[in-house]
Amino acid sequence: MKNKASLPPQEGEAGPSRCPDNSAFKQQKLPAWKPQLTLASVLSSFFLIGAFCLSVGVCLILSANSVREIQIDYSDKCSDCSKLRENSSNWNKECHCSVNFMLKEDILGDVFMYYGLQNFYQNHRRYVISRSDAQLLGRNVNIQKSYCAPFTTYRNGTPMAPCGAIANSMFNDTIDLFYNLNSSVIQVPLLKTGNSWWTDKNVKFRNPKSYNISSAFAGTARPPYWQKPVYLLDEEDERNNGYVNDDFIIWMRVSAFATFRNLYRRVRRIRQFADGLPAGNYTFRISYNFPVTKFKGRKHVILSTVVWSGGSNPFLGIAYVVTGTAATLAGFVITAVHLKLRKKKTYFQK
Amino acid sequence: EEERRVRANAREYNEKFQYASNCIKTSKYNIVTFLPVNLFEQFQEVANTYFLFLLILQLIPQISSLSWFTTIVPLVLVLTITAVKDATDDYFRHKSDNQVNNRQSQVLIGGVLRQEQWMNVRVGDIIKLENNQFVAADLLLLCSSEPHGLCYIETAELDGETNMKVRQAIPVTSELGDTSKLARFDGEVICEPPNNKLDKFGGTLYWKENKYPLSNQNMLLRGCVLRNTEWCFGLVIFAGPDTKLMQNSGRTKFKRTSIDRLMNTLVLWVCGRWIPGIPGSGPVGALMSSPCPQIFGFLVCMGVILAIGNAIWEHEVGVCFQIYLPWDEGVHSAFFSGFLSFWSYIIILNTVVPISLYVSVEVIRLGHSYFINWDKKMYCAKRRTPAEARTTTLNEELGQVEYIFSDKTGTLTQNIMVFSKCSVNGHSYGDVQDMLGHKAELGERPEPVDFSFNPLADPRFQFWDPSLLEAVKLGDPHVHEFFRLLSLCHTVMSEEKSEGELYYKAQSPDEGALVTAARNFGFVFRSRTPKTITVHELGRAITYQLLAILDFNNIRKRMSVIVRNPEGKIRLYCKGADTILLERLHPVNQDLTNVTTDHLNEYAGEGLRTLVLAYKDLEESYYEDWSERLHRAGSAPEAPREKMMDASRSMGNGFSYQEKLSSSKLTSVLEAIAGEYALVINGHSLAHALEADMEVEFLETACACKAVICCRVTPLQKAQVVELVKKYKKAVTLAIGDGANDVSMIKTAHIGVGISGQEGIQAVLASDYSFSQFKFLQRLLLVHGRWSYLRMCKFLCYFFYKNFAFTMVHFWFGFFCGFSAQTVYDQYFITLYNIVYTSLPVLAMGVFDQDVPEQRSMEYPKLYEPGQLNLLFNKREFFICIAQGIYTSVLMFFIPYGVFADATRDDGAQLADYQSF
Repeated sequence: MKNKASLPPQEGEAGPSRCPDNSAFKQQKLPAWKPQLTLASVLSSFFLIGAFCLSVGVCLILSANSVREIQIDYSDKCSDCSKLRENSSNWNKECHCSVNFMLKEDILGDVFMYYGLQNFYQNHRRYVISRSDAQLLGRNVNIQKSYCAPFTTYRNGTPMAPCGAIANSMFNDTIDLFYNLNSSVIQVPLLKTGNSWWTDKNVKFRNPKSYNISSAFAGTARPPYWQKPVYLLDEEDERNNGYVNDDFIIWMRVSAFATFRNLYRRVRRIRQFADGLPAGNYTFRISYNFPVTKFKGRKHVILSTVVWSGGSNPFLGIAYVVTGTAATLAGFVITAVHLKLRKKKTYFQK
Repeated sequence: EEERRVRANAREYNEKFQYASNCIKTSKYNIVTFLPVNLFEQFQEVANTYFLFLLILQLIPQISSLSWFTTIVPLVLVLTITAVKDATDDYFRHKSDNQVNNRQSQVLIGGVLRQEQWMNVRVGDIIKLENNQFVAADLLLLCSSEPHGLCYIETAELDGETNMKVRQAIPVTSELGDTSKLARFDGEVICEPPNNKLDKFGGTLYWKENKYPLSNQNMLLRGCVLRNTEWCFGLVIFAGPDTKLMQNSGRTKFKRTSIDRLMNTLVLWVCGRWIPGIPGSGPVGALMSSPCPQIFGFLVCMGVILAIGNAIWEHEVGVCFQIYLPWDEGVHSAFFSGFLSFWSYIIILNTVVPISLYVSVEVIRLGHSYFINWDKKMYCAKRRTPAEARTTTLNEELGQVEYIFSDKTGTLTQNIMVFSKCSVNGHSYGDVQDMLGHKAELGERPEPVDFSFNPLADPRFQFWDPSLLEAVKLGDPHVHEFFRLLSLCHTVMSEEKSEGELYYKAQSPDEGALVTAARNFGFVFRSRTPKTITVHELGRAITYQLLAILDFNNIRKRMSVIVRNPEGKIRLYCKGADTILLERLHPVNQDLTNVTTDHLNEYAGEGLRTLVLAYKDLEESYYEDWSERLHRAGSAPEAPREKMMDASRSMGNGFSYQEKLSSSKLTSVLEAIAGEYALVINGHSLAHALEADMEVEFLETACACKAVICCRVTPLQKAQVVELVKKYKKAVTLAIGDGANDVSMIKTAHIGVGISGQEGIQAVLASDYSFSQFKFLQRLLLVHGRWSYLRMCKFLCYFFYKNFAFTMVHFWFGFFCGFSAQTVYDQYFITLYNIVYTSLPVLAMGVFDQDVPEQRSMEYPKLYEPGQLNLLFNKREFFICIAQGIYTSVLMFFIPYGVFADATRDDGAQLADYQSF
């Protein structure tokens, strides 16, 4: 009984000592670091932080500015196609359009081609969960249990492969780039593999095991908005087909914002393009399949280079510069206040 | 049950009434009921129910924005830990119940004594108790081995008093000495129904057409131990759960429950509507619950904003987006979708008040309590008692105390009595010879008097004036008479555990001190029976016949015994307050009286408590006459019994009680309030001041003064004063006391502190904190209380800050994800954020943080003030924290947004995907 413990011990009773241990922990005497804020330490830390942030910021801005980027909005340039696509019954009608542009200077280095979407809410909660990771791993699972609905099965019970709203809405325009050199048109060689994350390609996405890929997807059907089944995404490359298709993988990695860009192709650096894209006239030839007008979206195609700090996003550099400036200014203010107060102090001491 | 009828030796008759059996059950659960009952109890806690509600919300797929494990993991964790704790507690209760129920007792059944287990004892049974046995049920004492049906009991388990008490059987039954007579006893007792009043009993015994009144003096209560009595018989009146012991147990309410209840109701209210603050709630309650309305209000506000956003978005954008993302089944309008998203956001945003908040608060309080228990500086080496935090929930209130109510005797003072000086026949003994004063350190004193001649001496007794012992040895008759009186005139009980090892059990410490002094000077009180007292006078055992004891009370202020010594002479010994006794002395020896009075004044001037001793030889006839009159007056117990006594001789005696005014200065808090003006009011005027129309005025007057001293107040008045301050001042009150008379005050105040000292343990049992010396209060408040308050405040600020910073990101993200309640973080991260990632830093700060070293906070009581004014955690501070949190969340969201939007890795891969973000 707990109460017994509080009874005063009987006289002459020899029990274990109830005196608390004299340890640093129990006596609340653990060592502690109590920094003393002196003028020197405060000012030097402010100025050091300021200088550091400023220099990093300037480097970032400089490097971001050296990135060359061309962005072309083609959602309206192919107005015929966009009208055609507004009616989903025309899904199997092909529609092509071309977009011309001119490079005044060479773009040197690795050139990446992105497609960009605006106002496409890939980050909507119901959209984000509408997928079956187990299915994408090639497992034979009952996708009814996943959140794929309503893109789970057709009325006749055939399951969709892959299921879910994300997969169903996959971006399915094909974009080719042509270099117009002296009236001859040269197709710019583009790499369509090696664009996705290694873990995605090798861990998170797996085709079902079977002797060939089409039989692996036997008994399943393509998602309603697709034009071809998943095992025909890339007929030329066995390792880029089915669920492990790079375009598909990249699409499945949903964006955090409604405006986003996804890596589509990389320029293969051979022949004329060994150093990048030379100056001149170019044409994007686009097979227009993906409707955006219905949800007031836009489509872009983007050519960009990268530097060590990534693409052409100056925000981080600006943020560093702002922080650095603020820290430096604060340092100066503190110095000024200190000088003023010191004068006052000496005045009082007289 | 309006009255209870019990007939002895008649089980069939008593069974009609279906009285409770003697089987007790303090456990709450058994194996089958444990889970439902325990869960039911746990879900009475609003916090738990709230989280259960969230869990249910999360199980609805349309709403669930977080999967269910984010709530269930911590919830199950908390429930399991609590359940395991409850289960172990209950297991031990089962064990102790079993042990108690299976104790053996001797029951008289059909004229034969049989061994029965306690649980089989019935009301109306007659049971036999032997020495040092626990009383099995509430018994009516019928007879005992001692003459006149007396027996002695120790009531430590009932009220904590360790001295022995006398109980006496009513005369008619005390003659039923043997089992055959008892078996024929068929008296019927009609008495009050079971209640929890330990000191009251009213009933009547009907036997042989006679009525005999029964009182508490005839009762042996369960939980007592029979002492110094070979055997006794008792009739079971109350059994098992009806006994006064059981009726008293379980009634001790922890103060935490009241605070919890406050918090619970507040949370409940607040879910319905937003209340702008709680006027005048307890500070801890306010501390804990004042953020809750705001938070819930906040939660609802955010939810509504985002839900409206969702409705608009779905209406404007989502409709067009339906080809890719059709609405869920059953969702037909943007409005309904907004409604659903309201609940989804409630789920997401609930991380501002996670379960871990409640758990962390408990952990921190527990930690602070342990620090109090472990504090070496609050450990009393002499009594070997460390400080003890008996409740873990009030620590931070210790940092906010504004009013202290203190009991004086035994609390401010230590109430340790030591015999230090005496004046016998005009001669003063006891001065320390080198005149260092009696406050001098032990080491500086000369050798104390050697009592080795006396094998029965108490080795801890010390005396520094050898002349008194010389006088004893030389046979000075006055000195002999002085010590004889001390060894005879008292109510101390002795216990001899082994030969020569005497323990005295005294009702008051001064009696103990005096008898111990007499013992060391060779007048050893050995033992007493109701009719005799045996004293070893300088080695010779002398048995005095005890004719009468006239016990001390507050009106007579003296105590007398009348004894007949072996020579047959009758003598009255008396000791009492000097004012009373001096005027009763025979005027023949005026000079001696004057000298003694001078000595007394001198002793009193040194701060010693004084008593006067006197004796008178009585004539045989005078005594008989007196005892006759006493006997007649005996029926009216208050009758003045001792009018005629005049003492013929006086022997002055002073003895010091080392009134250690615990530390020379009281706590600095007291100092802060003690000062220029003090109001002194006594119990009588206080009664008037506490009347309804006067009390506000009284309070105002009292608060204008720096200190108020209330003297001679009843326990109830003590509590009333505390209640008064609580009611009108809305300040944290602390009551400190050591005795049973302080219990009500301790229970009434926000914080009750018990001094585990001399006067039993009731005060300690009722208290929230206990330690053994008043001076520790300073440390408890200024160091532990202050730190606790500070830490708790910082902890709450930090906690709300971090959770707002964490959660508000979702709010900002809502504007970018169509208000769809998509989370920014991974679900595991949300689950583990509070219980793993950020729990330790905030806990460590809450447990260990020290703003100034302890010496500083002891030196500068000013540092205590922020707590009293509640400066560190109030609405303003709370909003500052929240604003900081929101600011941080803005940075946390928009900087990554700026960085990640349109960003690419240096290998060209896009970075603005959801997972990276």
